[in-house]
Amino acid sequence: MGTRDDEYDYLFKVVLIGDSGVGKSNLLSRFTRNEFNLESKSTIGVEFATRSIVVDGKTIKAQIWDTAGQERYRAITSAYYRGAVGALLVYDIAKHLTYENVERWLRELRDHADQNIVIMLVGNKSDLRHLRAVPTEEAKSFAERNSLSFIETSALDSTNVETAFQNILTEIYRIVSQKQIRDPPEGDTIRPQNKTMLPVKFSGWQ
Amino acid sequence: MKYETAQLTECNMGHPRRYVKHTTTNPLSLFSYGRKSDVTCAPLLLVVKSLDFISLKFQANVFHSRGMDLLVEDHDDSKGASFWKKNNKAVPGRPSPRKELKVIPYNPSPSTSFQDFQQSINDAWDPGDDEFCNISNVKISKKSFPNVSDDVINIHKYKSGDSKTTHPPHQRKEVCKIGDFSYDKDNHVIKNKIKKFQAILKDDYLDLGDLQNLSWPGIPFSVKADVWRILSGYAPTCSKTREKALNEKRKEYWGYVKEYYETENRDDSYQGTYRQIHIDIPRMSPTIPLFRQKIVQNMFERILFIWSVRHPASGYVQGINDLVTPFFIVFLHQVLESEYDLGTLDIETLDPIKRDQIEADSHWCFCRFLSGIQDNYIFPQLGIQLKISDLRDIIKRIDEPLHRHLQDNGVEYLQFSFRWMNNLLTRELPLRCLIRLWDTYLAELDSFASFQLYVCAAFLLHWKQELMLEKDFQGLMLMLQNLPTQDWNDSHINILVAEAYRLKCAFAGAPNHFQSKRS
Repeated sequence: MGTRDDEYDYLFKVVLIGDSGVGKSNLLSRFTRNEFNLESKSTIGVEFATRSIVVDGKTIKAQIWDTAGQERYRAITSAYYRGAVGALLVYDIAKHLTYENVERWLRELRDHADQNIVIMLVGNKSDLRHLRAVPTEEAKSFAERNSLSFIETSALDSTNVETAFQNILTEIYRIVSQKQIRDPPEGDTIRPQNKTMLPVKFSGWQ
Repeated sequence: MKYETAQLTECNMGHPRRYVKHTTTNPLSLFSYGRKSDVTCAPLLLVVKSLDFISLKFQANVFHSRGMDLLVEDHDDSKGASFWKKNNKAVPGRPSPRKELKVIPYNPSPSTSFQDFQQSINDAWDPGDDEFCNISNVKISKKSFPNVSDDVINIHKYKSGDSKTTHPPHQRKEVCKIGDFSYDKDNHVIKNKIKKFQAILKDDYLDLGDLQNLSWPGIPFSVKADVWRILSGYAPTCSKTREKALNEKRKEYWGYVKEYYETENRDDSYQGTYRQIHIDIPRMSPTIPLFRQKIVQNMFERILFIWSVRHPASGYVQGINDLVTPFFIVFLHQVLESEYDLGTLDIETLDPIKRDQIEADSHWCFCRFLSGIQDNYIFPQLGIQLKISDLRDIIKRIDEPLHRHLQDNGVEYLQFSFRWMNNLLTRELPLRCLIRLWDTYLAELDSFASFQLYVCAAFLLHWKQELMLEKDFQGLMLMLQNLPTQDWNDSHINILVAEAYRLKCAFAGAPNHFQSKRS
């Protein structure tokens, strides 16, 4: 079962969305297991993986749901947006169509996910420089206009994959910890397991 | 439950063995969930009462598939005096009654006999002490025979080769090693079975029911392709018109290919479909050389494209590409005369006419195969959603602890069983097992949609013990996404479908078991 990191301070649910074939599953496997498959099978429904990182001395466990890209699966995959506090919206920098569809995915998130979900636009396959079809600046300004954070990654050569996940998890952490200072959560949101730890399962902004 | 031991000399074993004697009317009840521990490691001598022969023989299969004898001391079926009207109707999966048989020993193919198994673990097994013994850290007791035997096998397997690494679930190795289909050559049981199949196939007008019954428990490879064509409704049951009909259908398929696929100005509305298929085909089974060849990929591309264009209600759905594979492999296997490893076959060496036949046949069988489960693939996939809800009801009904365990840890059935239903377990099982599973799927074709639900239920229940050991959501999900079936073979599938059949019998006729609201 791999290493079981039972101890954590925060648990964040993050979804990976975007068109079919943009490399969502490989971003996930690169981040959680440092693996890459040139031809990994298509994702059916959803797949789940997890990894913990440390921010400000706090252990943050990311529960990441990788979704199928094909439109047919929307009915199923949108069920997974519930409780997600972050989303990586992935496109392929070498396929313009996958970038054009970003707007549709944003709408999808606005319709089904929590309105305060933290979204990061991810241009994957940055190693395919000679095939680039989406200019970095264009995507960057699109992200700014829509108040998304933005990064270009390559799951193949590992560029920025770690950073992308670190950034979005840190961003979520900052918001959650700020929120906790403002209005401390009550009741069962905090379940102390031992003296030193306050694990928080954060599953929504309400 | 009370057991007594009995000393018997069994002719085909040649030496006296100890049996546990148990009187029952329902041998299978020994395996009922939560009571597996009642089945001890000594073979069972069952005194079976009031059980008709068909059920008995069927239930014996379940025992055999677990490597056990089912010895029947007495039953009075032949007298015809039983109170209940016997159900002599042919039922898929149940061999037709022939002659009375009192002892139904486990007599598998040579490579998997109990003696072989015993020999393979000779160093660990004390023949005089088969009830309680300690093997390294594995405790064998009456209580947990079925699992302990698995543990022993595993321990020895991993001891034997240090270089062999266990695969953590997420690093699951590609398990689709294909090629060795020749095992049915020297087995006389299989030889007899082949003869029976050949006799049916020769009939001018064959009885589809007979063929389904015979096929349900598995079809030998030498007749598999022909039988699949008939079971899937592609080849006619009339042997005289068969060849002609097939040739016409093949022509028809290639007509579609010309019309929709090879055309210069392909309809724009198909571009999305084409693009999606084009993305999915290369990553279908990337580790098997056969599927990396351009010719094979093009064949799949055409099959799926034509199907999608002709089924606009659903169109192409990711995952259905996996459902073509068993047909393709079986039809390919048929045209190869010598023992090829299909995995490494160079498809270019194959006669193009034969290639075209394989492609057309795969298309039509796949087409018919999917016709009963179309609602699985039409947005928003209601067929699957309904079945997932049924699966939940079944598990809740028959295995409350497992259901509660999943629920308490926040695991929803949708999260893991969607893929099981969408891909009909093709992602969960090795290819060789799928080909065996397809025998039963095809024999059940008319009620296949519901049968697959029970297969999924049996599949989930199979992993109960392992799942109960997982303590949290993460552990459960990772396990459910990567169930360790790498070493599965036909006998596992035999158990799986037998259990599925049992569940189906219990549930299909009793819709009140399903609690979700249905109008």
